[in-house]
Amino acid sequence: MARPPAGPMSERTRLATAGAHAAVVGSLNRQPSRDVWRGRVFLVVLLIAVGVALLGLAAVIVQSVVKGSPAFSTDLLTEGPSRVNPESAGFRPAIVGSLFMIAGVIILIVPLGVGAAVYLEEYANNERWWNRLIELNIQNLAAVPSIIYGILGLAFFVRGAFDLGPVVVAGSLTLALLVLPTVILAAREAIRAVPPSIREGSLALGATQWQTIRRQVLPASIPGIATGVILAVSRALGEAAPLLLVGAATFVTADQPNPFEGGYSAMPVQIFNYALQPQDEFRTLAAAGVVVMLVVLLAMNSFAIWLRNRYEQQW
Amino acid sequence: MAERTQIDVSGVTEERPARAPDDATVFELQDLSVSYDGNAAVKDVTMAISEKQITALIGPSGCGKSTLIRCLNRMNDLIPTAKVDGSVMYHGQDLYGPDVDPVEVRKRIGMVFQKPNPFPKSIRENVAFGPQVLGLDHVEDRVKHALERAALWEEVKNRLDSNAYGMSGGQQQRLCIARCIAVDPDVILMDEPCSALDPISTGRIEDLMTTLKEDYSIVIVTHNMQQAARVSDRTAFLIVELDSDEDNRWGQLVEYDETDKIFTNPSDQRTEDYVTGKVG
Repeated sequence: MARPPAGPMSERTRLATAGAHAAVVGSLNRQPSRDVWRGRVFLVVLLIAVGVALLGLAAVIVQSVVKGSPAFSTDLLTEGPSRVNPESAGFRPAIVGSLFMIAGVIILIVPLGVGAAVYLEEYANNERWWNRLIELNIQNLAAVPSIIYGILGLAFFVRGAFDLGPVVVAGSLTLALLVLPTVILAAREAIRAVPPSIREGSLALGATQWQTIRRQVLPASIPGIATGVILAVSRALGEAAPLLLVGAATFVTADQPNPFEGGYSAMPVQIFNYALQPQDEFRTLAAAGVVVMLVVLLAMNSFAIWLRNRYEQQW
Repeated sequence: MAERTQIDVSGVTEERPARAPDDATVFELQDLSVSYDGNAAVKDVTMAISEKQITALIGPSGCGKSTLIRCLNRMNDLIPTAKVDGSVMYHGQDLYGPDVDPVEVRKRIGMVFQKPNPFPKSIRENVAFGPQVLGLDHVEDRVKHALERAALWEEVKNRLDSNAYGMSGGQQQRLCIARCIAVDPDVILMDEPCSALDPISTGRIEDLMTTLKEDYSIVIVTHNMQQAARVSDRTAFLIVELDSDEDNRWGQLVEYDETDKIFTNPSDQRTEDYVTGKVG
């Protein structure tokens, strides 16, 4: 409770300070009640939004785990698919196929993505219209639906100019195109985050622009680029639509050692296939496959976050 | 060289400063003007910078001191809208000549910036970067020598592999000076090197400058005129000029002379007003 100034005081002092004292008393504590309630309502709305998002995610995870739990066993990872015998069926060729394909994707997107980002950030003059057109196109490409990339892959890689047939390399090429815009954008952000003072310091010593990029800018942007690549790979792992078009088979019994020949499978496609089967056991298997994929994706994204936090540069 | 005297320029009488006949010249600026996107930043600067001395550029904010110094190692090339007119002669050679490579220019004319900008690497790697990209030999020796010359060796000799960002601001700036020295330049340009530092670090760097001028020609931009009075041999004073409708502002050289003369007996009234603090 507020008090008047303590101790003996003259009448003059008491009168002089009484007005100011009365004006202040309580006003520091109170807010207009309308604003307080608005603040509380807003906080509740925000909490509901967060809750709904988390609930959606939890629902997917819980449903998959519950539905797929009967199928959890090492067979899941070691056995091939079976049309007849769901108890011993597994995802091995699909896992192998996904791994091969992802390796191909990484080999393609890292040099192309980083190269494009370096060109756009360091060499391209933004005044020129064609550079602005390139930039606009890349941002648009990142939003193109994945099935369109599937059609592109079918037309050019599987048939058409490249005529590779439905092989792993065609799948890698298609998915690489799909995620390349994401990598370019992430790499651009990482390169842009390097302060101009670092570049100026390097150039002022007599380094060429290429030396500055290679020895200062790129090493400093590696964490950001790595994060972008990992996120792009996570997306590529989960894409089913383009792979269905490009010919990932749904029933492949043997592992494929040669990425340029022979049929292959991939995790999302295999899950898709199992989910459509009439027998309930296959659907259980599909749910188990979803859990496997979720675990892998969660691990990769966690690694990306850890990588970013560990090497984040404090300028 | 004959002394240039009263020259009538559109009704305004200017006295061009005489070059001291005995000092070797490292830079000769002739009617140097810089504009950004058509807007003049600095106009018609003519002066000769002497070798192995400290030349200070002083003046109020916006008078183009930083723009001017950046012309001397072609750092203004990095700004697409910058246009440089007039000439800068470096040891008799036109710095902006058609066959001149800015990279070669910067190998001989180094720069230390206002805010210390060490690379996100270790101390050793910072100083070694210059010699490495220039393909110089004996990199380790150069690193040690440069750190000694920058009065930093004793403080860091046991932690050369630690991150440069772990140092204080004053140490980082001395690291930047060491980095500059490691490539063995001819000239060191300093753009307000102490303005981000505390007084003690500032004092150390000023002491450092007076030892460095034995080996390097130094040009320093400073907004602190007492600093110019303390360390420099010659001082150039620039002001901000406005045109008649006060839309455009640009920098103009008012007086350039020995530091003692600028601060004790300047020729121009505007210089006197500035150094005595009458005008900011």
